[in-house]
Amino acid sequence: MSEIKRINTRAELEQKREHFIQCLATQDKQILICGGTGCVAGGSLKIYDRLKELMEERDIACTVQLEEEPHDHSIGLKKSGCHGFCEMGPLLRIEPMGWLYIKVKVEDCEDIIEQSILGDQVVDRLVYRDKDGTPYQRQDDIPFYKQQTRVALEHCGHINAESIREYIAMGGYSAVAKALFDMTPEGIVKEISEAGLRGRGGGGFPTGKKWEQVLRQPGPEKYVVCNGDEGDPGAFMDRSMMEGDPHRVLEGMIIAGIATQAHQGYIYVRAEYPLAVERLSMAIDQARQRGLLGKNILDSGFDFDIHISQGAGAFVCGEGSALTASIEGNRGMPRVKPPRTVEHGLFDSPTVLNNVETYCNVAPIIQKGAAWYKTIGPENNHGTKAFALTGNVNNTGLIEVPMGTPLRKVIFDIGGGVKDGEFKAVQIGGPSGGCLCLSATEDHLDMHLDFDSLKKVGAMIGSGGLVVMNDKSCMVEVARFFMNFTQNESCGKCVPCREGTKRMLEILTDITEGRGTLEHIKLLEELSSTISETALCGLGKSAPSPVSSTLKYFRDEYLAHVVDKKCPAGQCKALVTLQIDPELCRGCTKCARLCPVGAISGSVKQPHVIDTHKCIKCRACLDGCSFGAVKEV
Amino acid sequence: MSQIHLETLDAILEKHQCDPSQVIAIMQDIQKEYHYLPESALCYTARKLGISDAKIYGVATFYENFSLEPKGKYVIKVCDGTACHVRKSVPILEEIRKQLNVTEKKPTTDDMLFTMETVSCLGACGLAPVCTVNDHVYPAMTPEKAREMIREIRRKEGLDA
Repeated sequence: MSEIKRINTRAELEQKREHFIQCLATQDKQILICGGTGCVAGGSLKIYDRLKELMEERDIACTVQLEEEPHDHSIGLKKSGCHGFCEMGPLLRIEPMGWLYIKVKVEDCEDIIEQSILGDQVVDRLVYRDKDGTPYQRQDDIPFYKQQTRVALEHCGHINAESIREYIAMGGYSAVAKALFDMTPEGIVKEISEAGLRGRGGGGFPTGKKWEQVLRQPGPEKYVVCNGDEGDPGAFMDRSMMEGDPHRVLEGMIIAGIATQAHQGYIYVRAEYPLAVERLSMAIDQARQRGLLGKNILDSGFDFDIHISQGAGAFVCGEGSALTASIEGNRGMPRVKPPRTVEHGLFDSPTVLNNVETYCNVAPIIQKGAAWYKTIGPENNHGTKAFALTGNVNNTGLIEVPMGTPLRKVIFDIGGGVKDGEFKAVQIGGPSGGCLCLSATEDHLDMHLDFDSLKKVGAMIGSGGLVVMNDKSCMVEVARFFMNFTQNESCGKCVPCREGTKRMLEILTDITEGRGTLEHIKLLEELSSTISETALCGLGKSAPSPVSSTLKYFRDEYLAHVVDKKCPAGQCKALVTLQIDPELCRGCTKCARLCPVGAISGSVKQPHVIDTHKCIKCRACLDGCSFGAVKEV
Repeated sequence: MSQIHLETLDAILEKHQCDPSQVIAIMQDIQKEYHYLPESALCYTARKLGISDAKIYGVATFYENFSLEPKGKYVIKVCDGTACHVRKSVPILEEIRKQLNVTEKKPTTDDMLFTMETVSCLGACGLAPVCTVNDHVYPAMTPEKAREMIREIRRKEGLDA
């Protein structure tokens, strides 16, 4: 390993960049294996090892790390960040052709080397095919990718996530240089304000305004904090960015430091993301060695350093004042505001607090300018948004689209449609968000996904989790699920959230178990409005959203549960009755033997019958029937 | 209660310069060592950091990742995040509880081999439903696969499944 030299000036940074670009050019072909959590769980690291082994056996010059000095022609083999198409993982990309191989297995490695690396052929069986069987060799042509616009995720999946050299070769840290030498702090704040960048963590607060408020505060003790406590179940955008392009996050934070004249930064990462912590620590070490973090960055006289603070499993720590309390080593509980975080934040000092995705948008804005950024997305909602597309959808994964993209395009064109059924609803914004749906009275499919449009229908963009639900999902059960989550995660400081969510959960449980009354629905509405008006923090205030939004759009389902004692989707076990289809029953007597309460009667070779009064709905008959004659109605 | 080595604790405290604002990171390191937070270790740490027992207990009980009870050798985490939930994680959860004869209130088996927990999201939603055993991820689970997974571990431990 060659010696790592500190980059002392802006000119040296540019020289290094030229140099690393040349080094990259000596790699005739590159194999990029997805090293995101999803693909690693699918075995992508074994594929990496096997490819390395095969290349060594065949004496193919293979470069796993871009070195300091140029070398002879070789094949680059690297672990990249998340490619996004998680449903099809493990994923493997071959450059410069841009081929994407899906669902790669260790046994496929030999063919990949023989055909695509030594030869110039695509391994046909590993290529993505759509529903109609049309093959797509190049990643960029696949509908899932073709309709995306990548800004924050620009490098994710395209570079070695563990290499600062590759990041520099891609133009990395040039925005820091520009901010340091060509711009004043006021100028940076103005550029960000003009671009109209709004916080990507949920609230959508204008980032420039936040920075301006911190800049106005007297120093020198100020902090830049990055919120990587992505606690919303079903969201993994921030994780993918921290894992796939950690230097991009650091660069955004350094620029925030220059703009607000802060000299210390903290990244708060949730404990469930060990790989993100590892990659960020590595990136911080590399940036320190290069002198891009620490004292006198690029000889500008500006000092800035970043530390990692790990969470320990508390959803509420995603809230600003709770997060700073947690970094200080306290119970992560929100406090009454004002004073705001911009005045009294971390260690009681003025603090810029933004989410990971927001910081990832900073470097491109500084580099390309506000005017460029404003060409993406509608007025007041500029830029792109990353979404984690999950649930009953064919193409689960990580996507990035311009703000204002219609929901239909996201679910059907990019997501490839709904899995195992018809589209019913999409839950957006996690436990603080609401539902968008398709029902007799509402059609949200043409809804534009941006801050302002979603607010109008009582939903929010949140951090960007999009959970698609098909017609087999019970919306009352979904509301109960979210309430269970919020209730578990309530920090207990204020009464409305601590007690209110508990009562709401009890009522929802009663409804799903068949004990609901019409009074309950009224009570739910009353509790919803009380909690959202009186809870202390933003998370408490939005805790009833999943309930109020399902009550608004799926009232019929609630009524079916409490009046008819039926679950239309057949999900609430207590409300389902089991019946034997006399046409299908062969009278084998197996179900009668399996039934623990003797509720099934009938003679041999004659259709059997379930006594619904005796039945305890254990489903032993359903699981045991070899002829599929037992049905839930 | 397992033996507490003061040298180990001192080394952890040293690493964090006995800084009270590092208490969460310190407890994470202690838990890495013992797989839970022994009472005596917490009291010792509180003294060294100059904070009260009540304060450290308050922080330890606030965060879900900290456990004041010893855990089994294999910690099974079933993800019940939204994506896993709509792709049917509950039957998997029920099957594992049935197999291990554990409940939400009593998550650890008597032989201290298994601890069963639920988590809100592991961020591997593309592979839903997922569960992990000591951080090894099992993707696209079903109740049958869960049964096989437990049988496999029991076999490895020389126990008849």
